[in-house]
Amino acid sequence: MSLPLVPFALSAVLIAAGVTLLLERSLVRILVGVIVLSNGVNLLIVTAGGPAGRPPFAGTEGMADPLPQAMVLTSIVITLGVTAFLLAMAHRSWQLTGDDAVQDDTEDRRVRIRATAGELSRGLRDRERSYERLVADQRAELARLDAERIERERRAAAELESRILEINVDLGRWMEAHKNDGLPAEELLRRFEEARRQEEAQARGKDDRVRELRDDFARRQREQDAAEAELRRKLRTRQREARRKLRAAIREDLRRQALAQDPELEGED
Amino acid sequence: MQALIPAPVLLPLLAAALKLAIGGRLRRLHALISLATLGAMVVISLILLAAADRGGPLVACIGGWPAPTGICLVADRLSTLMLVVSSAVTFCVMLYSLANAYADQEHLAPMAIFHPAYLIMVAGVADAFLSGDLFNLFVAFEMLLGGSYVLLTFGGTLPRIRAGATYTVMGLASSMLFLIALAITYASTGTLSMAQLAERFAELPQHLKLLVELTLLLVFAIKAAVFPMSAWLPDSYPTAPAPATAVFAGLLTKVGIYSIIRLEALLFPGGPVSTILMWAALLTMLIGVAGAVAQTDIKRMLSFTLVSHIGYMVYGVALSSIAGMAGAVMYVVHHITVQTSLFLVTGLIERRTGTTSVDRLGGLMRLAPLIAVLFFIPAMNLSGIPPMSGFLGKLLLVQAGLADGGPLALTLVAGSLVTSLLTLYAVAKTWGKAFWRSPPAAAGAEETVLDSEESSEEGAIRTTVMPPWPMVAATAALVVLALSYTVLAGPLSALAGRTAGELMARQPYLEAVSGSGR
Repeated sequence: MSLPLVPFALSAVLIAAGVTLLLERSLVRILVGVIVLSNGVNLLIVTAGGPAGRPPFAGTEGMADPLPQAMVLTSIVITLGVTAFLLAMAHRSWQLTGDDAVQDDTEDRRVRIRATAGELSRGLRDRERSYERLVADQRAELARLDAERIERERRAAAELESRILEINVDLGRWMEAHKNDGLPAEELLRRFEEARRQEEAQARGKDDRVRELRDDFARRQREQDAAEAELRRKLRTRQREARRKLRAAIREDLRRQALAQDPELEGED
Repeated sequence: MQALIPAPVLLPLLAAALKLAIGGRLRRLHALISLATLGAMVVISLILLAAADRGGPLVACIGGWPAPTGICLVADRLSTLMLVVSSAVTFCVMLYSLANAYADQEHLAPMAIFHPAYLIMVAGVADAFLSGDLFNLFVAFEMLLGGSYVLLTFGGTLPRIRAGATYTVMGLASSMLFLIALAITYASTGTLSMAQLAERFAELPQHLKLLVELTLLLVFAIKAAVFPMSAWLPDSYPTAPAPATAVFAGLLTKVGIYSIIRLEALLFPGGPVSTILMWAALLTMLIGVAGAVAQTDIKRMLSFTLVSHIGYMVYGVALSSIAGMAGAVMYVVHHITVQTSLFLVTGLIERRTGTTSVDRLGGLMRLAPLIAVLFFIPAMNLSGIPPMSGFLGKLLLVQAGLADGGPLALTLVAGSLVTSLLTLYAVAKTWGKAFWRSPPAAAGAEETVLDSEESSEEGAIRTTVMPPWPMVAATAALVVLALSYTVLAGPLSALAGRTAGELMARQPYLEAVSGSGR
């Protein structure tokens, strides 16, 4: 007995097309899929009954097998009924939602809501953490600059002192050398005083500048602190806002879900 | 006696036709017809069970055509036992839904649609249990599915349409798969009569046999909600009206289990598939109960435990020993009753409080002590507290697993014990939240809410009047029925053992069918 290739191939194609359509979201497409699929399956059953072209009544030998045909008739009728029901359901779905798509089941939706909530809060946490890292970096940079400046000032002061010391030593040497030059001691003392005043004035000027610099630095730091506080405040407000929105969205979803789950409440919606 | 065999299928169909003819009028007549039909089914099933238990399988061939050509109904111990339990359950649920409909003042529309759909579903269930050939089994599946489609989308509200779409497409896909399996079977053996198939499958090459077996098993596993194919169940069942959910949960999945038992015991005894079934059983038990633990809605929680406990029955079948089969039969009987009564009690809770979410429930122990007792007993029964029937069923299964002694069987014994514990945890959590604790803060002023007779503001517990007594009575009847399995444990487990013996021996069935032609 040869394999009836054509009917087999045809029913395979029909079943494949039907299954593809069955996987769609729209109920009408599913309906078409069911019709195509059931035709393919019915063809398969008829093919199972033996080769075509046999007589319907010719004794018992060589007669066409009546059983598969009876089965196919039954299955056609059943498919008709179920198709009508599916069609009515698609219509009702369209009446209610303006759409005939099959929706996700409750568990899927619940898992998805949780996933989005988790993602959002993770994003918030990440942003917060990166901001904190930025602030810490800035702090460290400031401290470094601060330390550098203090070091520079310290070095400048040391240099100044050493120069004063040098000058004093020079002066002593000079005075020693010119002791016998005949310049009157008063004159010497006067000049000495003058030199010291000059030195002092110079030193005072330097001190002033250092103080000024320090003030300036402190002011700048204060400004930066204020800006940072402002930024933090803004960020906190933004985060709070985002959290509130997220929570409201989740609550809304849950409420809708509860409504969807609770057939009794449907009327009040 | 043979004339009685088609009665469980015919009577509900005739009643449904009669009801459609009457239409929406004559409420009392409707109620009378439904109760009389279902009551008659109980009696007939009991007679059939007694006859089949005493004299071996009974066969009735419709129209007098013998087995291969005509449609034969076979009533052996398994079919009749299932029939007895299912008709008792459907009778109680019908009583419940009648009271429910009266209380809801939905006289006209529900009567005109609910009852015929319900009766057709009952006829389909009975036909599935009695059917002696695979195509008739397909027709029975379509009958019960058709009825259940209507019941599930009853009223056409948005959630029911949403759940109904999933359920219907799932049912259609499995029906198509069933037809494909039938085509393969017929092409390879030239018959669909189960008795003939049992003989002819033995002569088929191994790979072809395996193909047919796996395809059929897939179909029945979808119906029974065995693990990889179980996702549709917890999503669709809870949205249906309470009586419909109860009878779906009790019966429809068990029809799948019944078919798996027939398939494994009669058509493909001792195949290599039992290992696959064992793994499926283990995963079904554990994953189902894990889902149950995570739920906050009582109906959804129960749906997940339903999936989980399907695993026990599959496990009993997969052991393919007389002890395992007896355990599975015992468990099916227990589970039909207990699961149905739990869903009915949940319906009572919903009617009393307006919600089934444990987050919003509380204090039911004080508010409705009767409902609390009615919930507590089957809940403990479900989780297998001795000496209730859940414990007996689990005990039989565990004994069968230990007797088998294989590593996989022992893993399953451990898995079933863990599942039992987790079930206890899930129902105890529900009990604690819904019944034991004081009402949640959302209820606001406790006294005013609990005392008010009408619905209060949103978020609070909506208190309605106590459900009408027939609803409570129907639920209580099922709870008592489940408890009576404990009292009747001796005869019942002996019957389950005889059923399993008959199933595994196969000869009585085959001889009865082949003898019917002459």
